[in-house]
Amino acid sequence: MQTQQTTLTHKNHQQALLGLSICLALLIAAPFIGIYPIFMMKALCYAMFAMAFNLLMGFTGLLSFGHAAFFGAAGYTTGLLIRSFGWSPEMGVLAGTAIASLCGLGVGLIAIRRQGIYFAMVTLAMAQMFYFVFLQAPFTGGEDGLQGVPRGELLGLISLENDLSLYFVVLAVFVAVFMFVIRIVHSPYGQVLKAIRENESRAISLGYNVNQYKLMAFVLSTAIAGLAGSMKTLALGFVTLNDAHWSLSGEVILMTLLGGLGTFTGPALGAFTIIGLQNFLADQVGSWINVIIGVIFVICVVAFRRGFIGELKHWMTLRNKT
Amino acid sequence: MEIFGIPIQAFLGQLLLGLVNGSFYAMLSLGLAVIFGLLGIVNFAHGAFYMMGAYVAFVALDVFGLNYWMVLLIAPLLVGIVGVVLERTLLKHLYKIDPIYGLLLTFGLALIAEGMFREFFGVSGQSYPVPDLLQGATNLGFMVLPNYRAWVVFASLSVCLSTWFVIERTRLGSYLRAGTENPQLVQAFGINVPMMVMLTYGAGCGLAALAGVLAAPVIQINPLMGSNLIIVVFAVVVIGGMGSIMGAIITGVALGLIEGLTKVFYPEASNIVVFVIMAIVLLIRPVGLFGKEA
Repeated sequence: MQTQQTTLTHKNHQQALLGLSICLALLIAAPFIGIYPIFMMKALCYAMFAMAFNLLMGFTGLLSFGHAAFFGAAGYTTGLLIRSFGWSPEMGVLAGTAIASLCGLGVGLIAIRRQGIYFAMVTLAMAQMFYFVFLQAPFTGGEDGLQGVPRGELLGLISLENDLSLYFVVLAVFVAVFMFVIRIVHSPYGQVLKAIRENESRAISLGYNVNQYKLMAFVLSTAIAGLAGSMKTLALGFVTLNDAHWSLSGEVILMTLLGGLGTFTGPALGAFTIIGLQNFLADQVGSWINVIIGVIFVICVVAFRRGFIGELKHWMTLRNKT
Repeated sequence: MEIFGIPIQAFLGQLLLGLVNGSFYAMLSLGLAVIFGLLGIVNFAHGAFYMMGAYVAFVALDVFGLNYWMVLLIAPLLVGIVGVVLERTLLKHLYKIDPIYGLLLTFGLALIAEGMFREFFGVSGQSYPVPDLLQGATNLGFMVLPNYRAWVVFASLSVCLSTWFVIERTRLGSYLRAGTENPQLVQAFGINVPMMVMLTYGAGCGLAALAGVLAAPVIQINPLMGSNLIIVVFAVVVIGGMGSIMGAIITGVALGLIEGLTKVFYPEASNIVVFVIMAIVLLIRPVGLFGKEA
């Protein structure tokens, strides 16, 4: 029985590796088979954003309804530093990530004082505060945002003006984030996070300083969200108030839920689906897109809570049992 | 006459505006608290129902020629029915699972409602006339009081206090409170709990619609008005703690007043003052001002 179990997980492991290799090959080939690199970069950035959210929601059980604030804060930081202060792209992205995690530390310290549904409301309210700050601050360009952020040269060596070279930089960052999330979740630290998700009181009684773990997870998640926001600003060359709006906080929840909460590939898949849908439908349905997003949300919550990958996993376990 | 270098007329005007906003906060956070108590769902769609109330008033006047006073009755009823239908078809599937799914579902519903109203009415604001009976202003000697604003404060506070009375002092209210504590036991006593839950959700949504009708003449009606307000109301609910009806009313009104004062003394911060207060309250007393220690 024991060996059968091991071979089974071993087989699953191989299947997963095979799947991931195919995905990576597809991502590398995408710009060469006629997929618009700008679209791919945008989708990859939102995929990173969704993975950041998933690290918090899927693996720690904390629903943040204000993640767009960190995405936007990093985007504004990067945009401002590169455009107005002539920073290099890599320093701009690093600074954006750092600012986002600092904001995450501040918001996290306040938000972890409440649990569950209150946590969601607190993060939503704090994010709305950031939104108003961005709206009124002199350096964010108000309603127009920051436009025309130059891409510059990576490490002063490689020009990023070429879409293809920037695409591979974004892809490299994406793969790094993907592996980082897997590493975190499989580390002893990640196991404690899972324990907190499953039963917080029990984790406390086992002697873990739950609040410290939660805060750390929040900061990590906001740092990755910030990295995603910075990369998006670099790739698309602009950052606007939409990047910090609550509707984006909602969208990233939907991406994660649709792809599969608490799975590794689900959030990225969900992000590609939603961004693809928006791209594809924008010309055809106009503002009905919001209604469509809302309907997908409702369907996901009522009938499809496992998401794509979750359903797939569920189906495979059922099949393996019989 | 001046207070801290600000003309007293302007000062009292802002204070009154704050009181008007505070009444809306009170009505909305009251509805949220009652719905959360019984259904365990944080109703993100509450803002959308508020928006619908205002649009019902607008359409009723524009298309059917129905006046303000009739709408005051029709809008809550209509929106309440929408709420009941949604509860029966969608929300009831979520009672046994994590409450965050309730928040996500109602968020989706709010997106749908907003998108549809945007499609039909456009994003630009519509205005609604002040009813004839309440036009003009009364000179109180020290300030000129616009009649309609006085009515809004009076009407919403009366509605809030009646709701408080019904819940805390009547037999029906005792069923509701018991249902919040232990629905199975209440059901065992022969009270139709699912029916009660359904009607409570409908009533909460109706209350939001009523706030929308009251707000229609003093604001620009637009499809996004609800979501912008509901986020502030969430902060109000966190500050007050959802446990107490009276707490929700007092916190709502007080925060409206504080917001009004901020508009006088430091207008740049008026948008964020409620969130700042929320952060401070969370640091000092995480359960909220009126919340019970868990």
